Amino acid sequence: MTFLTTGLGAHIRSASIHGKVRGGEHSARSVLFLIALWLCLFVAFGVLLTLIITTLIDGFSRLDSRLVTEYPASAPERAGLRPAILGSIWVIGATALLTIPLGVAAAVHLEEFADRKKWFNRAIELNVQNLAAVPSIVYGLLALGFLALLGVQNKNIVIGGALALGLLVLPVIIISTREALRGVPLEIRQGSLALGATPLQTVWRQTLPASVPGIATGAILGLSRALGEAAPLLVLGALVFVSFDPNGLLSGYTTMPIQIFNWTSRPQAEFHELASAGSILLLLILLAMNGLAIFIRNRYQQRW
Amino acid sequence: MSTLTPVGGSALLPGRPAVSLRSNRPRHGETFVRFLLRVAAILTIVITGGILIALLVPSIEFFRTVSVFDFLFGDRWAPRFADASFGVLPLVTATAWTSGIALLVAIPLGLGAAVFLSEYAKPGLRKVLKPVLEILAGIPTVVFGLFALQFVQATVFRGLFDLDTGAFSVLAAGLVMGVMIVPTIASISEDAMSAVPLSMRQGSAALGANRMQTTVRVVFPAALSGIIAAIVLGVSRAVGETMIVAIAAGGQARIVTGPLEQGQTMTGFIANAALGDSRVGSLEYDTLFAVGLLLFLVTLLFNFISIRFVRRFREIY
Amino acid sequence: MPTKTRAASYTTGSDQKPTIHFPAEHAERSAALPTVPNAIIECKDVNVYYNAFRAVTGVDLSFGSKEITALIGPSGCGKSTLLRSLNRMNDLIDGARVEGSVTFQGEDIYHKEVDAIEVRRRIGMVFQKPNPFPKSIYDNIAYGPRVIGLKASNMDDLVEEALTRAALWPEVKDKLKQSAFGLSGGQQQRLCIARTIAVKPDVILMDEPCSSLDPIATSRIEDLMYELREDYTIIIVTHNMQQAARVADRTAFFTALASEETGDRTGLLVEYDLTKKIFESPADQRTEDYISGRFG
Ligand SMILES: Nc1ncnc2c1ncn2[C@@H]1O[C@H](COP(=O)(O)OP(=O)(O)O)[C@@H](O)[C@H]1O
Ligand SMILES: [Mg+2]
Repeated sequence: MTFLTTGLGAHIRSASIHGKVRGGEHSARSVLFLIALWLCLFVAFGVLLTLIITTLIDGFSRLDSRLVTEYPASAPERAGLRPAILGSIWVIGATALLTIPLGVAAAVHLEEFADRKKWFNRAIELNVQNLAAVPSIVYGLLALGFLALLGVQNKNIVIGGALALGLLVLPVIIISTREALRGVPLEIRQGSLALGATPLQTVWRQTLPASVPGIATGAILGLSRALGEAAPLLVLGALVFVSFDPNGLLSGYTTMPIQIFNWTSRPQAEFHELASAGSILLLLILLAMNGLAIFIRNRYQQRW
Repeated sequence: MSTLTPVGGSALLPGRPAVSLRSNRPRHGETFVRFLLRVAAILTIVITGGILIALLVPSIEFFRTVSVFDFLFGDRWAPRFADASFGVLPLVTATAWTSGIALLVAIPLGLGAAVFLSEYAKPGLRKVLKPVLEILAGIPTVVFGLFALQFVQATVFRGLFDLDTGAFSVLAAGLVMGVMIVPTIASISEDAMSAVPLSMRQGSAALGANRMQTTVRVVFPAALSGIIAAIVLGVSRAVGETMIVAIAAGGQARIVTGPLEQGQTMTGFIANAALGDSRVGSLEYDTLFAVGLLLFLVTLLFNFISIRFVRRFREIY
Repeated sequence: MPTKTRAASYTTGSDQKPTIHFPAEHAERSAALPTVPNAIIECKDVNVYYNAFRAVTGVDLSFGSKEITALIGPSGCGKSTLLRSLNRMNDLIDGARVEGSVTFQGEDIYHKEVDAIEVRRRIGMVFQKPNPFPKSIYDNIAYGPRVIGLKASNMDDLVEEALTRAALWPEVKDKLKQSAFGLSGGQQQRLCIARTIAVKPDVILMDEPCSSLDPIATSRIEDLMYELREDYTIIIVTHNMQQAARVADRTAFFTALASEETGDRTGLLVEYDLTKKIFESPADQRTEDYISGRFG
């Protein structure tokens, strides 16, 4: 609790210049208000910290090499995440290949070429904003319906999962790419066009390369969301017993969050430990991805 | 002779360009690539259309068997029973409970955190807290679900407080979901409050208002549409969240009358029903999509409201 | 008390407001235009609009080949707007529209079959703020030739030559692979000139190229312009009258006038002549006022 009191003290000191007229910074209401704000932050971070700590405590005993080398098994002490990890890599890899080119292309069109005065282009923008907030499970239903339409019998295939997750991540990629493109000064585009470069050459050789750090950051954040996502894959039947390494786009698979969910729903406590251990691993991977994204943003972002 | 002398300059005949300005090489490649970019952008509309069609077609099948009225207002949800019944109210009440509890947690905590970050935190602290908040927003929802099930429900509710509740409850799921949404609400409303011009704060301070009064009476109202947008988006996320409720809220579809009961939400039903391998074209399969359609329409409504308020806010500042 | 002040300032304002009738003014001025021998760009009755707002009105102006022409006038009188309409950079601005005719070597650059990209290739532009690309010095120069598909037998030689012509070679020859952002402002602006030369344009437009530079860097650019005049036509917008007097063969003076009906200020050409004439014996009172610093 020490940080609470020091924070309060520092604030009151810094506020003294505001004068002590009616209801000054020291008034009981003001202090209570600030305490309430601190409490909000404290509770939110406290719960999240508890989440991380309890997960660590529960899962620590199973955080060993078997977790990554073993296949799922009916006996918890022999079970591991190996196919789920490989499945996640396959699905996220395919998602990236599917969604990044598409998202960047759409963003380039909207930001560089589309005439914003046309209602159609404004409708596309509105639509992208809306797609970003559509519940993930709906993307699962979309992919399910699409695969059914194609007459695909076995829906638990890597490319099906990638389709659902790719559509889920697409708006994130579009929005962050547009933001990155917007960060490139107009002067760069003008300079290029004034030399006789075509608009497309200008995008391809100037604007896009200059936005790569921003695009990469957005893409990594989007893919890390996809990596942690389970609901759409659940709808596509990814909750299956996979005792083989996935080996292609049409291969069956399961992913880390799905396997964790599976273990969560088992009655035995040992499986819950396993689920916690898997969660720790997943959290570490996500933390690394987020860290990478922040690093890229800070290190390579062009300062104009 | 220099290679850099202009093309037209030396060979210039008055009134006659040495090289015409009219393009002799039509840029087909350029046109084609720009066409592709356009197609990519249009594809986003196709996706929305696809969602609608994918949900509508099986839903229409579904509503051939079950009347819309029975679906929306029926209070018994038992799609797999012999005497099947398709009243969606049990799922809706469970969703309302979990979302309501989540918002009761997320709105005060999120707004409090946002006010603190925007109005009180020193730049240094803010620089640390914002990315931390963003990273926390990226915790997978299965992990939240596991936490709700094992720690909040089992250890705290049943162990510590000895509450009269089973293995699942909408309260545990709702509380944890609320914490999950805090970063969303905090981040968007912090953006809105930070965008309020400093001059408005100075104007208020010049009238002798302290920081709390300035925050509550000046900044908050000025940022209100942005804050509403954040909250509405929070509602949309709560309604659409799947894994936490699938893990911790329970699997029985009953009208929920109290926070310690278990209940199956709309998303929980879809996730669960998808596990049972339902045949394409069967009523069970169509049911998934009917519930999905309802879910999509509800969140769509909230999303548009949210986008509206963000627009209004952007127009002011 | 406050009411009084406001009323007073209002009257002064309206007293000073010049009343101008565009058509008459226009006719009188065109008659006085000197002919330019060997013109490379000719403007006839050019009006430039931003949506409904007319920024430039009825400009008739010819630019002599291998001359330096300066455009001067108070800020906001449409100099940049007019300059951008000479190589179709206005195409890139939403709502911008050019009326009248602009010909380059006798060919209307706004003709619907004319390729704006080809126009910009032949009529290059240097901007107010140096805008090097976030690339190496070498790649900044090589960019233009590469994108327009210029057949250079040896790109290294081309880069060296462009940098030499822009009087930058000695300073950068040892750091060609370094980022252009490491150069000083003046060096960056000369790099931008070198970059423009590398695509072999006929005309170089410069929009206040020295406004962000110190006097030493400015004078180097002025020397450079003088040397480039051997091979290139240069049209420069400047707010610095000494600069116009020093480098330009001809000078055009513009001013902004408020329309009586709408109150919108629009730019128009007041006087165009040999620089010496403009600065020593201007025909128009407004030019004289501006030159002598009484206005603008
Ligand atoms: N992109 C634009 N959109 C709308 N109006 C513009 C734009 N650029 C310039 N203007 C307006 O056109 C007029 C002339 O501007 P400009 O050509 O920049 O003048 P100068 O270069 O002589 O200072 C000004 O009133 C200015 O506000
Ligand atoms: Mg200007």
